Amino acid sequence: MLISHRREYPLKTWGGGRSLPLALAASLLLSPLAQAYGADAVKIGVLTDMSGAYADAAGQGSIVAAQLAVEDAGGALFGKPIEIVSADHQNKPEIGATIARRWYDREGVEMITDLTNSAVAIAVQNVSREKHKVDLVTSTATTAITNEECSPWGVHWTFDSYALSVGTAGALVREGAKTWYFITADYTFGANLEATATREILAGGGKVLGHSLAPLNTTDFSSQLIDAKASGADVIGLANSGADTANVVKQANEFGLRQKQKLAAFLPFITDIRSMGLDNAQGLILTTAFYWDRDDEARRFAERFYARHKAMPTMIQAGTYSAVRHYLAAVAAAGSVDADQVMQWMRDTPVNDAVFHGGKIRTDGQMVHDMYLVQVKTPAESTRDWDFYKVLRTIPADQAFPPLSDSKCRFAKAS
Amino acid sequence: MIAALPSQALIGLINGAFYALLSLGMAIIFGMLNVINFAQGAFYMIGAFLAWMLLHYFGVSYWTALLAAPLAVAALGIFVERLLLSRVYRLDHIYGWLVTYGLALMAESVFRFFYGVSGKPYSPPADLRGGIDLGLMFLPTYRGWVVLVSAVLCLAVWLAIERSRLGAHLRAAVENPVLVQAFGINVPRLLTLTYALGVGLAAFAGVLAAPIYQVTPLMGSQIIVVVFAVVVIGGLGSILGTVVTGFSLGLIQGVTKAFYPQAADLVIFVVMAAVLLALPAGLFGRR
Repeated sequence: MLISHRREYPLKTWGGGRSLPLALAASLLLSPLAQAYGADAVKIGVLTDMSGAYADAAGQGSIVAAQLAVEDAGGALFGKPIEIVSADHQNKPEIGATIARRWYDREGVEMITDLTNSAVAIAVQNVSREKHKVDLVTSTATTAITNEECSPWGVHWTFDSYALSVGTAGALVREGAKTWYFITADYTFGANLEATATREILAGGGKVLGHSLAPLNTTDFSSQLIDAKASGADVIGLANSGADTANVVKQANEFGLRQKQKLAAFLPFITDIRSMGLDNAQGLILTTAFYWDRDDEARRFAERFYARHKAMPTMIQAGTYSAVRHYLAAVAAAGSVDADQVMQWMRDTPVNDAVFHGGKIRTDGQMVHDMYLVQVKTPAESTRDWDFYKVLRTIPADQAFPPLSDSKCRFAKAS
Repeated sequence: MIAALPSQALIGLINGAFYALLSLGMAIIFGMLNVINFAQGAFYMIGAFLAWMLLHYFGVSYWTALLAAPLAVAALGIFVERLLLSRVYRLDHIYGWLVTYGLALMAESVFRFFYGVSGKPYSPPADLRGGIDLGLMFLPTYRGWVVLVSAVLCLAVWLAIERSRLGAHLRAAVENPVLVQAFGINVPRLLTLTYALGVGLAAFAGVLAAPIYQVTPLMGSQIIVVVFAVVVIGGLGSILGTVVTGFSLGLIQGVTKAFYPQAADLVIFVVMAAVLLALPAGLFGRR
């Protein structure tokens, strides 16, 4: 990537207002004093992709979601305003880890959230575990977060490869689509998603005929699509996300692939559907943790979000709102930011907000909740901008996530 | 997958058409102005965005955009050249490179601020949808059109520069600007128009790309490094060399994808290293 700037700005939310120059000047003047009082102000870090392939699915919207959550929690705790800091990890684990360390060691950040990009999430969760701090991963798909790389103070909030596979792959295999070919993003996330989906396909009596790899940010998928077409598989599984998925779907239509083969997009966000356009995306079946039009409460939250961000929330952004709200409630109830106390409260209390109803955090770090199998509407069925999905069915929490006994997390205990 | 070889090669040729168009503009600018125009990718992106904006805000069709966008970008190029680049001609190459790199970063950031990174949908025009079943593969009509129009345009530009009178003036002005100016030819204006032509070509490539790739602010930076490699391999300043190299590298990439897809991005730089070791001036280079 040509661009290598890094934006980082502390946002002081004085009851919803935001003034960057004032905040910068104030922080410069007060920084020696802040050292003395900083321990009491609750500080949350939103570490996300602000400029790369996932910037629209997470990015600035995640920060807005966190701000909404802070406002809903009253804006202040222990007599001090709750602070949100944010940074762009640029999809690089080493940058993410460095920022996390600095935030924890020198800037008094108590919790980091978002963490879009599987490789970054793993790196930052490792740092958080080392420092005995809470990290709420409201993005990424890698199941490693609740298995090999788990942390007693880390939660995988919104979705993971397993939940996406059970929904999308499970549904299609049951319908009779037995042979699969994957186009996979060539890094942690893609490999993990393909492996998880393959297990689900094999369990349903299907077969995977092969795969083609493409690096993150590939723009031209013509060679992968040619291989996919030549394989003759019933379904072409897209183990990628964001801009990559949008590009593949567009080009698959161009190459006339959807006449004989189905397309299964595992992780398109609603922002990707919009950028593909309904002409291209119609008929796609996918699994999501949240849809803004699901019920009245979701719609109210979404309209507030839309007023600030000019786009409907993706499940990542909605997940960030939910995680920050639950965390702040835990800190208020526990009366401290101590990671153990906060985590205990968060596990004992169900997650109930506009985004998730009746979610529960397990000891392996998985927040289990219902998922939704949806299909993208045709242009004729859609009545307004962002009216993209029809919900086919709800996947109950105990089916969407594997049983705790299957977890490879060394901190998991049956509770 | 050796069976896929012919179709991968054909796809590679189509990608090569984009490389050729973009590097042609860059080669002309370097050959005539001695400036390494790293903003080529940014103008390509602006061309694509203009096509989208014309359709989205004004309902202007693809065909009109093919003419209008390059002209608009050429005008922008004139402005950039007069304001910034004309001041760095006498300096080391690195300054021209830095100025254009800075411009590219600014352009990308501005567009990203307003439009995000998700990309805008842009469909191929109705006349060019669908495709032909060639037996060995399904060739989308639009992609066939891309190869055709790129080849024709590259040929036309090459003829204009190497065989026309205006081209002769241009080449002479590069060799000896003082003498050419003494003959009454307005050399600074020639240089400005050359830059405009170079970036106009990039914008044209951008409009061509809009229906195939996502129209996103990141599209320029994604392609610029390959374009630079093509220009270097072809020989800085050689137009024919650049065009041939563009198509060939696309082909080589396509063939590589048939055997070992992970090396497809790498192979371009392997070729660049090999060529530069053997022929430091590039394949067709003259300096």
